[in-house]
Amino acid sequence: MTTHEPIAYVREKMAEQKAPPPTSVGILGWIRANLFPDLVSGILTVVALFIVYSLVSGLLPWLLHGVWNASSLDECRKIIAERYGEGASGACWAVIHERFWQLMYGFYPSHLYWRPNLAFVLLLLGIAPVLFDNLPRKMLLITIAVPFVGPWLLWGGSVWVPIMVFLGFVIGIMVNRFVGRMSGALVGIIVGVLAAVVWWLFLSGPAADLVQSIIPLSIEPVASRNFGGFMLAITLGITGIAMSFPLGIFLALGRQSNLVILKTMSVGFIEFIRGVPLITLLFVASVLLNYFLPKGTEFDIILRVMIMITIFSAAYMAEAIRGGLAALPKGQYEAADALGLDYWQAQRLIIMPQALKIAIPSIVSIFIGLFKDTTLVSIIGLSDPIGWVKLIQANAEWNGIVWELYGFVAFVFFLFCFSMGRYSMYLERKLQTGH
Amino acid sequence: MKKTIILGALTAAGLAAAGAASAGTLDDVKARGKLNCGVSTGLVGFAAPDANGNWQGFDIGVCRAVAAAVLGDPTAIEFVPTTGKTRFTALASGEVDMLARNTTWTFTRDVDLKFEFVGVNYYDGQGFMVPKSLGVTSAKDLDGATVCIQTGTTTELNLADFFRSNNMNYEPVPIETNAEAQQQFLAGACDTLTTDASGLAATRAAFENPHDYVILPEIISKEPLGPLVRHGDQQWGDIVRWTLNALISAEELGITSANIDELAKGTNNPEINRILGTEGDLGGMFGLDKQWAYRAIKAGGNYGELFEKNIGENTPVGLSRGLNAQWRDGGLIYSPPFR
Amino acid sequence: MTTTSETPNGSFRLSMLLYDTRYRATTIQIIALFAFMFGVAWLVNNVIQNLAASGKTFDFGFLWEPSGYDINQQLIEYNSRSPHIRAAVVGLLNTLLVAGMGCVTATIIGLFIGILRLSKNWIISRLAAFYVEGLRNVPVLLWIVMTMAIAIHFFPAPREFRGENPAATMKLFDSIAVTNRGVYIPKAVFSDGFGYMPVFGGSFHVNLDAVAILVVLAISLYISHLIRKRADRIQEETGDRPTVWYLRLAVVLLPFLAVLWLLGFHLEYPQFKGFGFKGGIHMRNSLLALWLALSLYTSAFIAEIVRSGIMAVSKGQSEAAAALGLRQGKIMRLVILPQALRVIVPPLISQYLNLTKNSSLAIAVGYMDITGTLGGITLNQTGREMESILLLMLCYLLISLAISAVMNFYNERTKLQER
Repeated sequence: MTTHEPIAYVREKMAEQKAPPPTSVGILGWIRANLFPDLVSGILTVVALFIVYSLVSGLLPWLLHGVWNASSLDECRKIIAERYGEGASGACWAVIHERFWQLMYGFYPSHLYWRPNLAFVLLLLGIAPVLFDNLPRKMLLITIAVPFVGPWLLWGGSVWVPIMVFLGFVIGIMVNRFVGRMSGALVGIIVGVLAAVVWWLFLSGPAADLVQSIIPLSIEPVASRNFGGFMLAITLGITGIAMSFPLGIFLALGRQSNLVILKTMSVGFIEFIRGVPLITLLFVASVLLNYFLPKGTEFDIILRVMIMITIFSAAYMAEAIRGGLAALPKGQYEAADALGLDYWQAQRLIIMPQALKIAIPSIVSIFIGLFKDTTLVSIIGLSDPIGWVKLIQANAEWNGIVWELYGFVAFVFFLFCFSMGRYSMYLERKLQTGH
Repeated sequence: MKKTIILGALTAAGLAAAGAASAGTLDDVKARGKLNCGVSTGLVGFAAPDANGNWQGFDIGVCRAVAAAVLGDPTAIEFVPTTGKTRFTALASGEVDMLARNTTWTFTRDVDLKFEFVGVNYYDGQGFMVPKSLGVTSAKDLDGATVCIQTGTTTELNLADFFRSNNMNYEPVPIETNAEAQQQFLAGACDTLTTDASGLAATRAAFENPHDYVILPEIISKEPLGPLVRHGDQQWGDIVRWTLNALISAEELGITSANIDELAKGTNNPEINRILGTEGDLGGMFGLDKQWAYRAIKAGGNYGELFEKNIGENTPVGLSRGLNAQWRDGGLIYSPPFR
Repeated sequence: MTTTSETPNGSFRLSMLLYDTRYRATTIQIIALFAFMFGVAWLVNNVIQNLAASGKTFDFGFLWEPSGYDINQQLIEYNSRSPHIRAAVVGLLNTLLVAGMGCVTATIIGLFIGILRLSKNWIISRLAAFYVEGLRNVPVLLWIVMTMAIAIHFFPAPREFRGENPAATMKLFDSIAVTNRGVYIPKAVFSDGFGYMPVFGGSFHVNLDAVAILVVLAISLYISHLIRKRADRIQEETGDRPTVWYLRLAVVLLPFLAVLWLLGFHLEYPQFKGFGFKGGIHMRNSLLALWLALSLYTSAFIAEIVRSGIMAVSKGQSEAAAALGLRQGKIMRLVILPQALRVIVPPLISQYLNLTKNSSLAIAVGYMDITGTLGGITLNQTGREMESILLLMLCYLLISLAISAVMNFYNERTKLQER
């Protein structure tokens, strides 16, 4: 072996692994890779850091010098001047502290705050099984109950009214089943709807009164003009979305259908509503709607606004659902036809469940948009959060306060909308089947 | 109403709500047990909700007096905040029974918009406020100035007429609410703020340094502010008109919330007796009981008391009576006699 | 036999309208049409009755009566003696102005933020995400009001420019004044200009100087375009591209400068006079606040659209471009964006639509757009709610339809040609 010509150099042992250079590991490495990979990026980082610094250094003292207990802006300013020296800037959170419940509930009677709270919790419980399908199916019962119990909790009054309204649906469905078996699905639907409408218009009111006079069961009624603050914004947003849902389905079907007249009417309605700003529709609610209704009809402004918001969001809802319908593979329609299902059966059993599922993320983003848009009602004099900001500013004690109120309102809106937006993104990821 | 709400909310079947239009506003109010009173969305001293959600102010006082007269309870009111744009529709559509919101009595509003102004509870006029440092002493010096105005009022028309007739230029800055107008003015975004002089005083009162601002002597318009009702219901119009007159007469005759109980037992002055219902039955003539005016005055005091409590010289607003003094003291406040 | 003319399928029965699929669709449609017409008739009838009851009429005659109010920002001549219709047109132009400006800036900012959000730089992408989430999760009305409040409170009042030792001074060699009434910038004036030409019987005036400049610019841009075409052709034929940028620059710039000189172009600077600044162009803070708030708010949405558009372009494309030796900027400009555009443009245009509709919130800051004039003061002063609001809706509808038409045209043009 020794006769072997010695090879210049053969490495027989693996070299010790060297630690990576300190500039590419740990914090330093991360900084280098993520903040200063090249010159342009490095400059941008410095600029960004400067922006962050100036924002924080400008806002922080103001936020930290906040005063939580004072009864007027003057008192607040005095306290700040006392504590932090003359000329120190500080937030006067006392106004939030004092007016918190008004910003949240408006004029809603304070001993009844539990009612909107309960309605809200019920709503969340009712929505949950729709949105997360790993929950027990029995919770869907809550979902069905919420549209009746929720308004009853908010507005109060006799318990028989929501029950009678619910009965309308039962009657409609029963008539539909009965007539439908005898003379076809279409006639069944028409007669069922007619029966329900007749019940609601002419019979449910007297029936509720009658039962109420026999078995009085009611809670304290609250007029809708007492709704205010974030409660109003949420109520408007949710009723708008909930009531526009069935309307939106019909509009979307109308737009998809090959019946020319129906299609034209749906398209015309949708494009008209989407073509005008919400504020003009709110003007209609505040000054015109009464002209369109029979003389003597008494709708208070919040109901009128709800009607217009429903019409408004129905157009957007229709487009979202149409998107869901369009995303459905054609094979689904053909399969339904092949099974011999008629139009309504196909829609109910095959098309809609899938299309709606696809449409949920866009419905959530319509809801976020609508919730933000409810602030416009302050322009027509309703006391939503921004309306309340104006009302508080009109008070002698808080005259001249600006940033604390706007900041607070903006923050709460951000919390709501951001979390809903996150949820919608989660949903989108979850709904991506396959791929 | 509760049925209307839930049905409306659930079925959107607008038809369901078609309640029969009843004969008179008075019957409506009595049946409802509440007076719907349209007020401003917030003006210091005239109408603003306090921390407990109770509305306070001079205009509110009129609402409370009417509620007390009609329903016997000064708190049986639903206050409906209205903007400059929505106030007339709210009244015309029947959403409110009366409007007690600094509204100027003009020909077109009375005749064309079909409203009935039942009287004047505050004689106002449009004025200008400027910072002292600007060195302006007359509105005629305002050529080229930037002027903050609240939109949706007669103010902008008066302003245009005033500058046009004096051959002056100006830059209008229209603003929705009083609070924002005030912000802009304080920050110097406009040279002068114009609105009714009472509003100016109320606004100035809320400033940190009220003494740095002056209200110019020129009053460029007449602004008689008063409550109004719909045309066509004379009975209801009479009730609101005479409730206001009762408040005014009460001051003239020395009836105050302090001595009213004493006076209600009967006095030697027949007019006081007629007002307070111890003699004759004035209330019965428009469908109320004898005690209507007693309750109206008791609710918040007479006209002078309301004035002093909400906008008088001892309040932050600090308005002097001026034109709004009783006619005996050289003002314009004058009630027709109760007989 | 004469009876052979009978159809073999049997005679028509009434029930076939419902059960025969040949007729059913027609039946449904006719029922729907009648229901619709009945509904409309019901509404119209209610309106007629209610109008009659309140003693009002439905006519647009009030539009030709003097408006009685002044408008601060007017792109066409207007004064308080002008009719309401003219006030509405002034408002409409203001709407279009702020919407147009907003769309341009929102697109630029949105494009930037969208690209920055995809940056590999951690802090930059975080900051861009913060920007997007922060802006789009707060109502636009709140942004408008807050921007206005910032403009009012943080910029100096004109009075601070006064005196020997002013607290505030003009920027950029005394040419721009930033105040809390707005920004005053120099204005182009032409001492030897053509002046104005009345059109439509004197109801509008066209600035002939601007027309002259635009005509000259258009011609020279066209020539410049021809030069580029020629360069392209030479490049294709010979492989060498002649250097033409200086020629193109000269073709555009020289005639432009010449026409400016001929017209006697000079700048009019804002000056402090009397109560505030006079002269120059006054960009009111209502316009600035609305413009800024709308473009920032919309830019957050556009950033998301841009981001998803870019992410929709497959990674292979950028890798292929990198393999060709293109630099990062060029990859974005030449390869990614053109492909992403097909995904980006349709939602982008619907954002433009939203921005235009949101500009109706101008009344919150006192910007006199069409909602502020026709739907605001005119409505209040005349009490003609029905006419004003219907007209207002019609205006917005027309704008929206115009924007949608552009979108459909674009979609047709860029549709992928599939089998």
